[in-house]
Amino acid sequence: MDTHSESKSKTRHPLLAFAARWLLTTNHKEIGTLYLCLSFLLFFIAGSMAMFMRLELFEPGIQFIDPLYYNQILTLHGLIMVFGAVMPAFVGLANWLIPMMIGAPDMALPRMNNFSFWILPFAFALLLSTLFMEGGAPNFGWTFYAPLSTTYGPPSTDFFILGVHMMGISSILGAINIIVTIVNMRAPGMTYMKMPMFVWTWLITAFLLIMVMPVLAGVVTMMLTDRHFGTSFFEAAGGGDPVLFQHIFWFFGHPEVYIMILPGFGIASQIIPTFARKKLFGYHSMVYATLAIAVLSFVVWGHHMFTTGMPVFAELFIMYATMLIAVPTGVKIFNWVATMWRGSMTFETPMLFAIGFVMMFTIGGFSGLMLALVPADFQYHDTYFVVAHFHYVLYPGAIFGTMAAVYYWLPKWCGHMYDERLGKIHFWAATFAVNLTFFPMHFTGLAGMPRRIPDYSLQFADFNMVSSIGAGLLGLTQILFLYIVVTTIRGGRKATAQVWEGAEGLEWTIPSPAPLHTFSTPPVIAEGDYP
Amino acid sequence: MTSYAGGPKSGLMILLLWGIPEVVLGAKFDMRPGVTEMSERIQQIHHMGLWICVVVGIIVFGAMFYSMFAHRRSRNPTPATFTDSTLVEFIWTLIPVLILIGMAIPATTALRDIEDNENSDLTVLITASQWKWHYKYLASGISYYSNISTPQEQIDNLEPKDEFYLLDVDKPLVLPTNKKIRFLVTADDVIHSWWVPDFAVKQDAIPGFINEAWARIPVVGVFRGQCAELCGLKHAYMPIVVDVRPEAEFDAWIEEQRLAAELAGEAAVAARARTWAMDELLSIGEDVFTKHCSTCHERDGMGQGAKYPALAGSEIATGHIADHLARVMDGKADSEMQAWAPQLSDLEIAAVLTYERNSWGNDTGDIIQPLTVYEAR
Amino acid sequence: MSQRDKKRHTTLLLALAVGMFGFAFALVPLYDVFCEITGLNGKTSGQAELLAEIDRSAAQEDREVRIEFLASVARGMSWEFRPMDKEISVRPGMMNKTTFFVRNRSNKTVIGQAVPSVSPGQAAQYLKKIECFCFEQQELMAGAEMEMGVTFYVDAELPAHINELTLSYTMFLVSDLVGSNEHEHLSSHNVR
Repeated sequence: MDTHSESKSKTRHPLLAFAARWLLTTNHKEIGTLYLCLSFLLFFIAGSMAMFMRLELFEPGIQFIDPLYYNQILTLHGLIMVFGAVMPAFVGLANWLIPMMIGAPDMALPRMNNFSFWILPFAFALLLSTLFMEGGAPNFGWTFYAPLSTTYGPPSTDFFILGVHMMGISSILGAINIIVTIVNMRAPGMTYMKMPMFVWTWLITAFLLIMVMPVLAGVVTMMLTDRHFGTSFFEAAGGGDPVLFQHIFWFFGHPEVYIMILPGFGIASQIIPTFARKKLFGYHSMVYATLAIAVLSFVVWGHHMFTTGMPVFAELFIMYATMLIAVPTGVKIFNWVATMWRGSMTFETPMLFAIGFVMMFTIGGFSGLMLALVPADFQYHDTYFVVAHFHYVLYPGAIFGTMAAVYYWLPKWCGHMYDERLGKIHFWAATFAVNLTFFPMHFTGLAGMPRRIPDYSLQFADFNMVSSIGAGLLGLTQILFLYIVVTTIRGGRKATAQVWEGAEGLEWTIPSPAPLHTFSTPPVIAEGDYP
Repeated sequence: MTSYAGGPKSGLMILLLWGIPEVVLGAKFDMRPGVTEMSERIQQIHHMGLWICVVVGIIVFGAMFYSMFAHRRSRNPTPATFTDSTLVEFIWTLIPVLILIGMAIPATTALRDIEDNENSDLTVLITASQWKWHYKYLASGISYYSNISTPQEQIDNLEPKDEFYLLDVDKPLVLPTNKKIRFLVTADDVIHSWWVPDFAVKQDAIPGFINEAWARIPVVGVFRGQCAELCGLKHAYMPIVVDVRPEAEFDAWIEEQRLAAELAGEAAVAARARTWAMDELLSIGEDVFTKHCSTCHERDGMGQGAKYPALAGSEIATGHIADHLARVMDGKADSEMQAWAPQLSDLEIAAVLTYERNSWGNDTGDIIQPLTVYEAR
Repeated sequence: MSQRDKKRHTTLLLALAVGMFGFAFALVPLYDVFCEITGLNGKTSGQAELLAEIDRSAAQEDREVRIEFLASVARGMSWEFRPMDKEISVRPGMMNKTTFFVRNRSNKTVIGQAVPSVSPGQAAQYLKKIECFCFEQQELMAGAEMEMGVTFYVDAELPAHINELTLSYTMFLVSDLVGSNEHEHLSSHNVR
């Protein structure tokens, strides 16, 4: 316990002390915890919205949710999952782990770190409050295409824009913090090529964030001026072009989806070697492959726009560039398999989630490759085939990656082991449910069901019913996860410093739970080591 | 004409890409082949992508499952210590590149053919609105709106849903077989997307811009599609139905439309030649209102908030007739209120105006005659 | 690691973020330039072509290109708007003129702005307009009508595989406030 606040707490009301601690903390571990808790809360909120959507989609016809509300729920589901669940979870993990992994006492800019976090609850309170505004919440999908979002958007759209600006500032400042920390505060002897993969993937992700979040800020600002200040960026009437919106948005949007997966790759690269008791195969290739993916992510935005009337040469270029991303991604997958190969594996919960991540992310990657083929995309675009694709890379991808990380590092954070039996039940139930929910969506899309509809024709009914049942189950498994996390924090078998037999890295050299301040003195990095 | 690279090679391709999937996959799980040559080629490209991914998946997941079995700690207590191999990395970089090049070739040739909109026999201008389609045959000038015809009772679960639930319209697009049809696609409010899976044609309808696509349909039949871009409240309720007929029947249908338009013209002449009574107009007006206006403005005229304003007690519905007429005929810029002049007859507009001005407490006593509407066109 | 380094890096990264924000806005003119060069999206150049730049020699070509004309009005626009020619055949390099008919059906003075779109998009850059009613806003008194002209030629450089073009105009409402200087619907862009 920090001695400074200890003396203060003697004269302070405990509630005030609690509030002061969490509102004002500049400690990377506490801020990491705040991010993870917020992410978990928003995950449940956005997940509930998904439950409502799947409830309505259980059968054809409108039973529970009018199209007016359905469009709002689907928009908020997307926005909150992207900006409120996945991204803050990864930032929370970054905060907790990066300083420990590089042997630094804290992040480079601790007060900015606090600010970056505390913008978010306000941003999301604002976003959620739009549900109660006149005209309802934003109802144009998380991709908010013009002119549906500009000329035809409800009044709450302006608050949505403000919320996006706030989230953007949080992400940009967080990313700056991460880069400055990694560049400046590695313990002596930790060269770049000795950094853990989680640190590498976050370094690259942070650059992506700084480059594209401002573009998002630009496009929502243009939306705002189109709506209220007489500009016509996206309206033909004034000489503008709705498709310009899509170009700018997806210039942000495509790197954004890599922002949402690269840290997951880093997590898998930490966990699999531990439980295979074998170093990561091809460390250097993994770094270069991640860089290649990040660079390529800037030149493929058009693959979200193949039906907008792009000229052939552009469609071909984007198709080839998109297909090319499969190469470095494949290299990473093969490297994980090679790490497992001839290792000495045990399958504790983190390893289960990490392997599940690799396999099911790969399935999402396959549908992504299929989507890249432009002629076929004409049949896939804006159907449930796309919904299947991105849910596979995001749910068994980013979310399972996050869960793997939580199971793996929670003992280090709180000093207790989770219940292994419950963890395994969570994994198998979630894997079953996630596949039951999203695999049929491939078929639904191939059969011809468009996206973003609350009601559908009869030939899609069977698949939708199966997906809805899966979704209900999936929701239940997450309640189990919450239970596991909460009970572990509150008590459980004491964790050692090493926690996992095969774990390597600086974070395993400090006690569990990790003291509030660690590596006040930089550690010594052994020669020839990489985690 | 299509051009595959190489005879025997393409024969084998066709066998693999078509034969096996048709047997292995039930039609329920597969992309449909559609009815055009392009749609079949697209299905083959889909199969190519799918099977390559399946094979790679079997290899990779197979290796993983094997490893999880053979290299678990109980079976392999001492882990190996290798950490890299440049050769192996090179191989599993090169092979995917080669596979991708192989996939890109048929995709490229198909794309070039899909985007070749030249030398068409017939052009149709498709204009998307919230939430209906407008079709215009450029050569003959025939044009009409195509609205969903599924009854609201089915949507509200008050009646059983019929076979073509949400896929039926009042006036389908009629096309001839074996002609290259060029579609010009645009929109007049937000972005929509015209998609008929059986033709594998999907093209975004962008307000203020024109996109092109084409199809040549060799068979007779009725083919259904849906709007494929979120466009607001009733995105799920703007289906597309295409009725493809032999050329002679198509020509006859065009003639029928011409005659029908003439008859409608004559009916309109008759309608504006006489003076209509209040009760006649109210009756017709209520029908028109219920069919076209009530989804937004509600049957009781109370609207839904600021976005779909109440007509009961509204300034426009109780104020100057000319302004009310302009609002209904031309719509309101930058809003979901459409221009009804092209869609409704003089009588219908006159009737609905009369109805609105004399219902729900609006007691203007105004009677609008079809002639007034005609003169404002 | 040093405090100075941290500050320097932070400043640089902030500058990068600000720069990317500016880049987003730069994408707007960049997109227009790219569209003009490549004809993406069917946007034609809004500038009148200089008569002097026409390559007269190309008018000798045997080639015929079919151009069809479409006209539509946007919501809230109370004009009748139609092409006088549904389609014409032209020779690249040859000057052509076609007209569009407009009539203001309403009882107010209305200002409209026509916006063109060409399909296929790649052909847009080869459709050179010398004069066009779309270059400026058009004002019509209540009940008035007029014919508006477009003088254009198709550049001889038009790729060989393109032989059909569609030129479509949408007439948008700019203002219908009688005798007022206010604009109900602002288009502050100089339409190009």
